[in-house]
Amino acid sequence: MTAKHWRIALTVNGEAIAREVPVRLNLVDFLRHDLGFTGSHVGCEQGACGACTIVMDGETVRGCLVLAVQADGCAIETIEGGVDDDLRQMFHTLNALQCGFCTPGMLLSAAELLRANPDPSRDDIRDYLSGNFCRCTGYQAIVDAVETVAKARRS
Amino acid sequence: MSIGAEVPRDRAKRLLTGRGRFVDDIQLPRMLHLAFVRSPYAHARIEAIDTAGAISMPGVIAVYTAKELEDAVSSWRPEHKLFPTMAAPEQHALAKETARWQGEAVAAVVAESRAQAEDAAEHVAVTWHELPAVTDAKAALATDAAVLHDDMTTNLAFSTEIVTGDVALAFRDAAHVVEEHFRFNRHSGVSLEPRGIIAEFEPGENRLTVHQSHQTPHQQQDLYARLLALPEHKVRVICPDVGGAFGLKHHLMADELVACVAARLLCRPVKYIADRLESFLSDIHCRDHEVHARMAFSAAGKILGIEVDDLFNAGAYGQYPRTSIAEGNQITRLTGAPYGHEHYRAGLRMAFLNKSILGHIRSVGHPIACAVAERLLDMGAADFGLDPIEVRRMNYLSDDDFPRTSAGGVEFESLSFNGCLDKALQMIDVPGFRETQTALGQQGIYRGIGIATFVELTAIGPEYYGEGGQHISAQETCLLRLEGSGTVRCYTGVTDQGQGIDTGIQQVVAGVMGLPLADVEVISGDSALCPVGGGSWGSRGAALGGEAALGAARTLRGNILNIAASLLQKEPNDLSIEQGVVIDAASGSRHMAVSEIGRIGHFQPYTIPDGVSADLTVVERYGSRDRMFLAGNGLQIAVVEVDVDSGIVTPLRHLVVHDCGRILNPLLVREQVRGGVVQGIGAALYEELRYDEDGHLMTGSFADYLVPMAGEMPDIEVAHLETPTKTSELGAKGAGEAGTAGAVGAVLNAVNDAIAPFKASIAETPITPPRLLRALGKI
Repeated sequence: MTAKHWRIALTVNGEAIAREVPVRLNLVDFLRHDLGFTGSHVGCEQGACGACTIVMDGETVRGCLVLAVQADGCAIETIEGGVDDDLRQMFHTLNALQCGFCTPGMLLSAAELLRANPDPSRDDIRDYLSGNFCRCTGYQAIVDAVETVAKARRS
Repeated sequence: MSIGAEVPRDRAKRLLTGRGRFVDDIQLPRMLHLAFVRSPYAHARIEAIDTAGAISMPGVIAVYTAKELEDAVSSWRPEHKLFPTMAAPEQHALAKETARWQGEAVAAVVAESRAQAEDAAEHVAVTWHELPAVTDAKAALATDAAVLHDDMTTNLAFSTEIVTGDVALAFRDAAHVVEEHFRFNRHSGVSLEPRGIIAEFEPGENRLTVHQSHQTPHQQQDLYARLLALPEHKVRVICPDVGGAFGLKHHLMADELVACVAARLLCRPVKYIADRLESFLSDIHCRDHEVHARMAFSAAGKILGIEVDDLFNAGAYGQYPRTSIAEGNQITRLTGAPYGHEHYRAGLRMAFLNKSILGHIRSVGHPIACAVAERLLDMGAADFGLDPIEVRRMNYLSDDDFPRTSAGGVEFESLSFNGCLDKALQMIDVPGFRETQTALGQQGIYRGIGIATFVELTAIGPEYYGEGGQHISAQETCLLRLEGSGTVRCYTGVTDQGQGIDTGIQQVVAGVMGLPLADVEVISGDSALCPVGGGSWGSRGAALGGEAALGAARTLRGNILNIAASLLQKEPNDLSIEQGVVIDAASGSRHMAVSEIGRIGHFQPYTIPDGVSADLTVVERYGSRDRMFLAGNGLQIAVVEVDVDSGIVTPLRHLVVHDCGRILNPLLVREQVRGGVVQGIGAALYEELRYDEDGHLMTGSFADYLVPMAGEMPDIEVAHLETPTKTSELGAKGAGEAGTAGAVGAVLNAVNDAIAPFKASIAETPITPPRLLRALGKI
């Protein structure tokens, strides 16, 4: 009979964690409900909305499409672990969020974009953030915030 | 003065660090989880339900069907006394005997975990007898249609007609008549955070406490008390951070009610969070209207009359407690509202059919009323060879036409159609666009421009739900409490789902009182703490909640000055407050800090003479007595490119000029308008809840139901005029409907402008590639 539970060890925001988890448990539910990192949100459980975006070994992934057991041995970063302060500050200043449900995923995706491309055009920003659904804003303040941070970093 | 300043929101800082507190973030001791067994059929009789297989599954605590809940919760009927002949079929928390849409819950499983509840739900065995499904309003009203409700003989829920002037005469005298048959397909609000609730019951105190992702805590308190037969003061509804709502979270939802019943029966907290499929299946939906409309013009291009016939549906029941009538009602009231015609006839018919309940989602009815009239106007202009701008100019109600009761029967205090158009034409070079359009057309690149003028009905008054018999607050109350240290807590009955009304109210209170913004905290979304209020829907927060806050702030400021005057041996009128300091009004010299007043007022009140009005907790309320709506207005211009080979429409540019009266915080209003536009573009181009002919939903995921993402959206330029309402001191009207109200019409007109060279036209949304290619005769 296949195992229904599996023991995993990983780091979350630098903290070493070891737990036995159901093999069917997805990573974002593990982070949220078992560890209390509720900053990553669940919007669709189908990998489409981006609300559960987290960073796994340095790259963003959908927390709903990764099983907790797949994170065994990995370094996980969530919004609670911090994201570039200038980006976060600019989101606040320019009101690049309303309800805030998409915001953690949006910030982590935007931070990844700026690491890969320090000089993105508005179209580049829009393309890169097109895996993160925001229902409240018109996306424009988000694009403005990312563009402003990119410019400030280059100056 | 902090009113009108571009102030970022305090709450946003918390959300930016992942410290939001949404319903699903809350875990309570011994909390249980709920999963539903839902009807796989659009219409089916429930012959038997066998729960034995489920109850023995691991972790399962209880399994309920309608039978088990019969004595625990009442049923309801969506009635409205303004529409006394409207059919109001009975709905139960779990379907009893018959399921009437695919996704209607027929059994509920409560277990230690959600996964266990879902596992067990698969073992509930339902014996179904499938019935013929009715899936469109026209078919529902056919004489041989299967009738949904046992106590009805047809599926007609309601029909009515508005007649103003002599519309037959207007059409007889017309030099030109244009006519179109429109279809606006079904979509929904699609908040990113799905519906969710945690209900807990304390039997010793007979107390139900609910944490719910919702817009209207006091309405829910009233409903849960009545349906569960609890004293209302023993029900507390807390709305924590709400992850978007847009109207789909201001109703009673049967699923959430079941969570409350289960919590009461089991005396343990019960959580239910809708997953995305459940959201698409069972959220409140919107639109799904077929509109036939005609417009009569004089030889000079003046609109003489408009006729509109709207056929829509309430879904399987009616939305409760507001009923499902408003979307059709707004269409009949608002079509052609910006124009001066005097002859008007608007009819509506609402049917029941086998789909999820249809109700109020952002900008109820407005997008359709706007799109219909604006498209007819463009069709008329084309027939005359008039420019779309010219024909609007010729027909707009002008500034000296107000106040006015529109042909649709809505009172307009003062609207600024010409001003908005002037402003828009400063923002976009229309002749320049036409030159480019022609030049690109010769290269096979087809661009179009579309204008849509809209009226925005906001801040609904007591005449609609008050007279309708619903327990929905039409006034707002604000309670202010000066703390001993001189800071202020503000309790409001309006709620904040991210639009930022908490910050707007904070600005009003700080501005009126003369306090630093940081000295005021706004507390909202708790039916036990906050004054009874209506929550946030229909763009009422700033206009009603803001005005109540203004009144309370003025009273508290007055009392602070009374105390200061008595201590200083001065007249209150000679004093003022700035930046938290009581000053001499004339010289500005500093007397004492407000914190001193707080200290003395609370801890040494014996130093204040008797007879001085010195209350440091004050309450004021605001509600209108004599109007149904506060009307705002605006216009939108969309520029699109149409790929005539693929049928793909690309929005290139979008601008909005909007007049919502006095603006409390332009930073917040601008992005709220943009968010509304994006939802409108979504409805115009992408979003559709598609059902097959048997009533099975075919768009149950984000792979099938397309929402606008950043990559498809253009930059959206927003400008404002401010025509304050004189009905309040603050002068604010609502701002939340505007973006969605005008975007569908603007995009529809822009697409039609782009395909005009092909003598093609389209009148159905969303304008998907297949629909557009069919309109072009390519498939």
